[in-house]
Amino acid sequence: MSSTDISINQDVHHPHEEHDHHHDQNFFEKYIFSQDHKVIGKQFLITGIAWAFIGGFLSILFRLQLGWPEATFTFLEPILGGWIVNGKLNPEFYLALVTMHGTIMVFFVLTAGLSGTFANFLIPLQIGARDMASGFMNMLSYWIFFLSSIVLFVSLFLESGPAAGGWTVYPPLSALPQAIEGSKGGMTMWLISMALFIVSQLLGGVNYITTVINLRTKGMSMTKLPLTVWAFFLTAILGLLAFPVLFSAALLLIFDRSFGTSFYLSDIFIGGAALSNTGGSPILFQHLFWFLGHPEVYIVIMPAFGIVSEVITTNARKPIFGYRAMIGSLIGISVLSFVVWAHHMFVSGMNPFLGSVFMFLTLIIAVPSAVKVFNWIATLWRGNIRFTAAMMFAIGFVSLFISGGLTGIILGNSALDIYLHDTYFVVAHFHLVMGAAAFFGMFAGVYHWFPKMFGRLMDEKLGYVHFWLTFVSVYLVFMPMHYLGIAGFPRRYYAWTGFETFNFFTDMNTFISIAAILGFTAQFIFLFNFIYSIFRGRRSTANPWHSNTLEWTTPVLPGHGNWPGPLPTVYRWPYDYSKPGAAEDYIPQTVPFSQTQSSNLPQERDLE
Amino acid sequence: MTNPSFKEDNATSGVHPLKFSLWLIIISIIMMFAAFTSAYIVRREEGNWLEFDLPNVLLINTLVILLSSVTMQWAYNSARKNNIATLKTMLLLTVGLGVAFLVGQWNAWGDLVQHNVYFGGSESNPSGSFLYVLTGVHGFHLITGLIFVLMTVSSALKYKVHSKNMLRIYLCTLYWHFLGGLWLYLYIFLRINH
Repeated sequence: MSSTDISINQDVHHPHEEHDHHHDQNFFEKYIFSQDHKVIGKQFLITGIAWAFIGGFLSILFRLQLGWPEATFTFLEPILGGWIVNGKLNPEFYLALVTMHGTIMVFFVLTAGLSGTFANFLIPLQIGARDMASGFMNMLSYWIFFLSSIVLFVSLFLESGPAAGGWTVYPPLSALPQAIEGSKGGMTMWLISMALFIVSQLLGGVNYITTVINLRTKGMSMTKLPLTVWAFFLTAILGLLAFPVLFSAALLLIFDRSFGTSFYLSDIFIGGAALSNTGGSPILFQHLFWFLGHPEVYIVIMPAFGIVSEVITTNARKPIFGYRAMIGSLIGISVLSFVVWAHHMFVSGMNPFLGSVFMFLTLIIAVPSAVKVFNWIATLWRGNIRFTAAMMFAIGFVSLFISGGLTGIILGNSALDIYLHDTYFVVAHFHLVMGAAAFFGMFAGVYHWFPKMFGRLMDEKLGYVHFWLTFVSVYLVFMPMHYLGIAGFPRRYYAWTGFETFNFFTDMNTFISIAAILGFTAQFIFLFNFIYSIFRGRRSTANPWHSNTLEWTTPVLPGHGNWPGPLPTVYRWPYDYSKPGAAEDYIPQTVPFSQTQSSNLPQERDLE
Repeated sequence: MTNPSFKEDNATSGVHPLKFSLWLIIISIIMMFAAFTSAYIVRREEGNWLEFDLPNVLLINTLVILLSSVTMQWAYNSARKNNIATLKTMLLLTVGLGVAFLVGQWNAWGDLVQHNVYFGGSESNPSGSFLYVLTGVHGFHLITGLIFVLMTVSSALKYKVHSKNMLRIYLCTLYWHFLGGLWLYLYIFLRINH
């Protein structure tokens, strides 16, 4: 993967060799062990895209099994080798596929690939800083992530297979090597990889927070920050508070697996023989895991909130509706995300009264979420909308977030959850609201900031084809899953045709699988567009979308230090679009009020 | 590693970015121990919990690490007054006390084993394992702290720590006090929950 980084970044920076800052850097410092936040952002993006294709491919493999349960897959033998037994997918490998799909998508793509890319790339550019607070820590963050990627990737090729206990790795299944093939070496590597991943996230998060607090340029108060920066900032805070707890949980699991402790294990019989472990509690792991796990889903979705707010307001040519309410709802969601973790555990035998408390807190999250949705729609309302590819994905995000969010209200009810728990209804819910939605946010970000990253534009027509195929197939995949879930169809089952209750769902499962294959294939259009546009795309201007934020005041390809001259000074908030009386329909943040007397509002006259 | 942004003096809050970063790292370590100690309480409430006496050496260790905080602060104050000789002595004393603390913790583990409280294995109980984890993870962080102090010693020997160059020793002192305070919390926590 590092070789991909080299070739791409090489092309990016060569035309701009003339930047004087570059002269003393050699090849490795510039493109591989770079401390420049823009290069690190691109490294995260490219690694994230590579992971997304691996994760997506794994999901296609298990969709083949679910969609055509009677078929034989001898044609997969060249790829999967021993995992195809007599033309059938090995059942334990099916579980490994599900586990690795979840782990890769949640952590490696939608946490590292999304936050890592856009927080790194945009924070210094949008707050007017030369770089991150510590370029060295930032570089370390990427390379530790890369190391953790390699460990996880290698575990795919172990003879006993990668981890197979689900992405939540609940003990005792994940703690006992004799329980399942995937709990042998694969699980050990999963834990090592995750420990490295957490270190990488903490290094990155410390940097993001410090940079936002300390390195804002003159005039950039917290209430003049673009919503993207607010979202990345709060995401980093969530990560800083939540990831250490996952680290603790993982450490105790490592001790249980490899050092004979009994934190999570008690009174277990395997093959009729009792294990010596006593006194442990598997529920303890669930509490520790979900204390991270729930904030984690907001770590995934909040950067997408920020990106979508920015893309919608720019392309609707209207100020964002309710800027302060947007910040307030982000803060509200951040705070609430820490007090709802037990809604993942309604069926773990918890006290029903405690369940009601968590249900109440969970349902409150609908309020800030609804505020955000209302504000996005109100921003679109009677806007002068430009349907760029990024805008399509941003609007698609709002649609997916609504569809997926509504089922969250259903699942948040402890009584309903007891019925729907671990069915495809849950799968449909979180894939729409955090999986597909966060992907749409990521796509919106890539299409929107591609010109700033690579100095060229992505092809809009291919972008539309990509959007419509993806959008349609996402709904075709996940809408029927709600129906399966209400019928009680359980998730993570390898073979379901043997149950009389479910065996008439063959056609629907085949339909879902075909839609999934369609959606996955559509991503190759994006991949082609992405790589082609890096080298052959239409050359961009410095501010192709006529946007207000600071990154668009840099040269087409910002060099090391971002601004060739002094740092820009900020005079106004980032959303002065279509201001009545203004000469153009946008006023960048760097334009002082004294230059825009025709459009100043009464309270702004004092600032002239 | 030269970072142009520091030179331009656009820092919006008065705090140096590295000081701020260290505070954030401290917060993440606090979260980790918050997870361990709350897991400890939750697990203890469920019963099947081996009760045993804490090794007495832990009290001595607590005094040693508190003393090391005093010498560290002394070193910091000497640096501010450009009293380089005292600075070096106090930093080396801090290292010595830190090592003494770690040796003491090691002895505490030996003490536990003698009283049949094990980390793992068929005779272990989470109550003992938790004690090993809390002291072990704290000990790991203390080793990182010791490395930091040694780095400060090495720059002090090169006369790079003085009243005009306080950043490194400030960060070092902050981290060291935090590690001492963290142990004090763990010790009181273990005393109360035993």
